[in-house]
Amino acid sequence: MSDEARDAVGEYRYGFHDPEISTIRFDKGLSEQVVRDISALKDEPEWMTDLRVKAYHHFMDRPMPDWGNEALLNSIDFDAVTYFLRSSKGTERDWDDVPEDIKRTFDRLGIPDAEQKWLGGVTAQYESEAVYHSIREDLEEQGVLFFDMDSGLRTHPELVKRFFNTVVPYTDNKFSALNTAVWSGGSFIYVPKGVHVEMPVQAYFRINAKNMGQFERTLIIADEGSSIHYVEGCTAPTYSTDSLHSAVVELVAMEGAKIRYSTIQNWSSNVYNLVTKRGIAHANATVEWIDGNIGSKLTMKYPAVLLKGEGAHAEIISVAYAGEGQHQDAGSKVHHLAPNTTSNILSKSISKNGGRSTYRGMLQVRPKAEGCRSKVVCDALMLDADSRSDTYPTMEVGNASADLEHEASVSKIAGDQLFYLMSRGHSEAEAMGLIVNGFFDPFTRELPMEYASELNKLLEIEMEGAIG
Amino acid sequence: MAGGLLDVQGLHATVEETEILRGVDLSIKSGEVHAIMGLNGAGKSTLASVIMGHPAYNVTAGSMQYDGQDLADLEVHERARAGLFMSFQYPSSIPGVQVGTFLRKSVAAVRGEAPKAREFRKELQAAMSVLNMDRSFLGRHVNDGFSGGEKKRLEILQMLLLQPRMALLDETDSGLDIDALKAVAQGINSLSEESGVLLITHYNRLLELVVPDVVHVMIDGRIVQSGGPELAQRLEAEGYEWLMPTA
Repeated sequence: MSDEARDAVGEYRYGFHDPEISTIRFDKGLSEQVVRDISALKDEPEWMTDLRVKAYHHFMDRPMPDWGNEALLNSIDFDAVTYFLRSSKGTERDWDDVPEDIKRTFDRLGIPDAEQKWLGGVTAQYESEAVYHSIREDLEEQGVLFFDMDSGLRTHPELVKRFFNTVVPYTDNKFSALNTAVWSGGSFIYVPKGVHVEMPVQAYFRINAKNMGQFERTLIIADEGSSIHYVEGCTAPTYSTDSLHSAVVELVAMEGAKIRYSTIQNWSSNVYNLVTKRGIAHANATVEWIDGNIGSKLTMKYPAVLLKGEGAHAEIISVAYAGEGQHQDAGSKVHHLAPNTTSNILSKSISKNGGRSTYRGMLQVRPKAEGCRSKVVCDALMLDADSRSDTYPTMEVGNASADLEHEASVSKIAGDQLFYLMSRGHSEAEAMGLIVNGFFDPFTRELPMEYASELNKLLEIEMEGAIG
Repeated sequence: MAGGLLDVQGLHATVEETEILRGVDLSIKSGEVHAIMGLNGAGKSTLASVIMGHPAYNVTAGSMQYDGQDLADLEVHERARAGLFMSFQYPSSIPGVQVGTFLRKSVAAVRGEAPKAREFRKELQAAMSVLNMDRSFLGRHVNDGFSGGEKKRLEILQMLLLQPRMALLDETDSGLDIDALKAVAQGINSLSEESGVLLITHYNRLLELVVPDVVHVMIDGRIVQSGGPELAQRLEAEGYEWLMPTA
């Protein structure tokens, strides 16, 4: 049964790759010259070049983190990575102008279709840069800025300069330094005061070439009283050699604004995914991370919110699925810096076939932050005895008035649950698919419907492969 | 005895080395309602679970034939797809899975094809009205936080939608108030006249609403007495003493 299912669907359905298309490809490896060349190629202002160079040196000087999966981290060969690959002459506004091979990839991923039906704007990045970008006219008329990051820097340098590197400074960690040195692509969004972007906007990141490093940089600014929902998707082909994805995402929610950032990453199992995501919420603002981690070899990602203004709110709902040979080291960080701020954190992980999931959480309440409330719930589901799940919650509470709740659970699928579902005609794999989809439901129901059904199907296929 | 829809012969079964069934013979024809009564621990629920294929039990001797097939050759879900159904005494909860989704997927699994949306909605409405169930049930998660009565109604709702040819109902009447009992009985009675039913119960009160063709008494892993509905009445009045083996 499982072999047939695997043959029918393939173990990773986005694992196909197209012939490499490049108009400019840098030699493998990293040096100050590579960093300067990327900046020169993009004709960047001097401050950006300088920032990149400083970040490069910080990256080189900074030791690898001494926590997380050190063995895997230390096995990354930074000299084997291609740091910049341009696959198209420009960023097109019409799919028909995108090079045929690349367009076909995004067709297979369903992006143009989704755009027509339910998105307010789309950026499609292939390797290092956006190959397609569009935004609905009505949003443009309301003054919403939505660009790929390179174009954002070109067209709105002052706005970028004001916020870039302020939420996640390059000194934050080794990989934020690497990203700042070699970043390319990503999204730049500015939502003017009081504007509500009703339809989600989406960015899709596709790695195609072997040994590719993808370092997109995203900056979203929601001005006072505005709101936006940004959706990020990513996939890559399955290769025997590794690829590196190291993004930085910075969110700024001004007073009373709301940013929701939803991610479904579905990397192939040869991708190192080392991402820094952080948002600042000013007074009465809300930052929400809806973060789904499926696939990759190693993911280390802890979406964070700095609750900087009184009454700000953070919502972090994340799921991680670790299959064979995968380690999902994920979690969340919330810093209550101001009084009467609230946060709600829900983390769910599934480990299967020897997969490993780790929850790493940080909840901090600063001494002056009076009257804060936070609830943290972590649930792990283990599908077999070979798999592993660990939880490392950290709480630093500097103000006694804080109202904190923390719950954690680890569970297995009960034999009685399987028997019950199988007695209703479901095969063992289908029964596990139902249970797993149910377990992830608090996450799935937050997604746009099209993503939710896609994720459910994906998990059902994963369960087909789970039964020997 | 052979030639029924369900033929159980000389069935022995163990759980963790302990023998629970010690030679059960039972034959149920299409359209017949059989009841099995007996004290706690007699092996009644085990019999239903073994027929359905619960992996915790080992069949050590005997055979089970359903519609000419040896049940030993069929996995649990294959038994369900062949038309067997079990209503659980303690149904599992499946958090995060909505009742409506679960019912639609189960019907698709058993019938081998997804039902058309509009027809399925009609079927669902009809079955739910038999059981006096509110539509709000469909948005809740399967058995999650359900009361005992709600669980039993959901079991019978599943039975009505899956239209089994052979239904095993394990203490579906226990813990029900009179309204729920009536609704459940109405559900069982509205099952196809061609279907076989095996009711496992402690009490006569369900058997007054769903009249059995045959009543069996199970003691210590064996069926020791069979008769008509009057047997259930006698058990209600006199208990099981008179059937106990004399030491």
